[in-house]
Amino acid sequence: MGRFIILRVGRALITIALVVTFAFIVLRLSGDPAQIILGPEAPPEVLAAFRRAWGLDDPIWLQYLHYFGAIAQGELGRSMRDGRSAIEIVAERIPITLALTVPALVLKLGIGIPAGVYAALHRGSLTDRIVMIVSVAGFTIPSFVLGLTLVLVFAVQLGWLPSGGQDSWRHAILPILTLGIGGAAILARFTRSAMLEVLGQPFIRAASAKGVPWQDVITRHALPNAAIPTVTIIGFMVGTLIAGAVVVESVFSWPGVGRLLVVAVANRDLAVVQCILLLVAATMVISNLIVDFLYGFLDPRLRSAKGQKAAGGQP
Amino acid sequence: MSDRESHFVALDELTVSFDGVRVLHGINLTVSRGEAVGLVGESGSGKSVTWLAALGLLPGKARIGGSATLEGVELIGAPPSTLDRVRGGRIAMISQDPASALNPVISIGKQIGETLALHRGLSGIAGRAETLRLLDLVGIPDAARRIHAYPHEFSGGQNQRVMIAMALAGQPDLLVADEPTTALDVTIQAQILDLIQTIRRELGMALVLISHDLGVIAETCDRVAVMYAGRIVEEGTTGALFDDPRHPYAQGLLGSLPPLSGPRRRLVSIPGVVPDPRLLPAGCAFAPRCPKRVSTCDSAIPTLGVSHPGHRVACFAEEAVVQEQARSHGYAA
Repeated sequence: MGRFIILRVGRALITIALVVTFAFIVLRLSGDPAQIILGPEAPPEVLAAFRRAWGLDDPIWLQYLHYFGAIAQGELGRSMRDGRSAIEIVAERIPITLALTVPALVLKLGIGIPAGVYAALHRGSLTDRIVMIVSVAGFTIPSFVLGLTLVLVFAVQLGWLPSGGQDSWRHAILPILTLGIGGAAILARFTRSAMLEVLGQPFIRAASAKGVPWQDVITRHALPNAAIPTVTIIGFMVGTLIAGAVVVESVFSWPGVGRLLVVAVANRDLAVVQCILLLVAATMVISNLIVDFLYGFLDPRLRSAKGQKAAGGQP
Repeated sequence: MSDRESHFVALDELTVSFDGVRVLHGINLTVSRGEAVGLVGESGSGKSVTWLAALGLLPGKARIGGSATLEGVELIGAPPSTLDRVRGGRIAMISQDPASALNPVISIGKQIGETLALHRGLSGIAGRAETLRLLDLVGIPDAARRIHAYPHEFSGGQNQRVMIAMALAGQPDLLVADEPTTALDVTIQAQILDLIQTIRRELGMALVLISHDLGVIAETCDRVAVMYAGRIVEEGTTGALFDDPRHPYAQGLLGSLPPLSGPRRRLVSIPGVVPDPRLLPAGCAFAPRCPKRVSTCDSAIPTLGVSHPGHRVACFAEEAVVQEQARSHGYAA
């Protein structure tokens, strides 16, 4: 198990390093930050001074080394716009985003899993078909379309809720719904197919054959098995908690991490963009790690496979 | 006391249809206490479906008719609470592929313990002790350590032993073993059959052994029913049926086995294949493959008439032979 953890963590660090490198290359190649931040009318000597101050006139490989070295020491640089630490700028947006994504995740789990289980248990019924139709709609409609539709109905037509901003809890309802509905739809489909797969297994009939009441067959025998594939998709959803709301935050002018990312990219505010990307990569990688460990917890077959690997392949 | 009630389990005109296609055409079969009954036939002949139907284990779309009684109590259409007590507690089942019949994410100790808790109210220390005793009984070595292991950590044969332990946990009066050795190596097959035999003798439990392996049936069972396309075509004591099979299908099945003694002979195979249940012939389902086919076979379905005491066969050709014998007997007398 110890070797397994070291291997997984090592792989996670490499993933993050690749993301950071990729972000550096793309941002440096797609425009001159000095020009964008100072504007097209900036005099050449000002531009030169700005570049010198931010190290932008060094060779690109040297910039990369500086940048990478700084990241390795936990120093993510300062915003080129207001000189504040990038970490500070990003950190103050995180709770704002979580205020949307955490309730949305609860909504996804709370609706998606029961709907999927119910649909699987009543396969072919009217309810099953309705759940499936809603879920296809839910995950094919892009979030900005869904968001704007909700705004049109609940803000413009009915006037029940505000269409954008972050002034009260009422402002959070529509963005949370927008995020939650799509995720719930995906989760419902996953849960349903995982459940159907498990219900078709011989051990389900065998459990019934030994006299286990149907209710308990579902909760004790079917659900723990269906949880294994479902955990993958839940892990992915947890991974998007911090930066999964870019589109929705833009639609609803919600000043979270997503909005910050859009603005920072437009401004070529390198340190901020890189800080966000690093954060996104880190949350994704960490949630994947958690999923891996959960697998081991849920599925004894994987647990012993890992144990064997860690023991150097001994049977 | 009626005939039905005198038997432990009685199936009476049991029928099953899936999506309007009848796959079981009225099965009549009884099992007495302590008796071992074999059910032979090709895949798809309805051997397993018969018992799954009796225990209400078929999917919801299956339409079940007729009756299946346990000590006179009807099981078809019985409420779930009744069925849950019968399943595992009175009638236990073990199936073909033990590896997939055990829940992969629950330790075998817990799976056996579940049955103990359901049918005998044993849990905690008593449950654990009984689980260990059962694992010991079925020959799992080092049970105290293995009780926490998961199905994937056992071999196929050991998993089948675990399944048997789980089946015995409810102290059933009847064990339905559905091809219990098909998925196992030949050497392990013999061990598992020995185990089932030994346990049956010790506990006085009745056994229904479903198999397409005639050798297995001959060794284990008192009585045999041969099934073909959803019907029992011949039924009798093991000795009578194996010495003198009357139905052409049963004759074909036995003819396809190599004899252990006597001169070598060419093995006989039955021409053709089992008919699709949707496209059954109007008369006897075996008629298209039958070497003794007579004209009646194409229009009428033979019933399981008595041909010898304790040995019944559903065949028009055989009926004619028996009538002929009776007539000549009558003239001689």
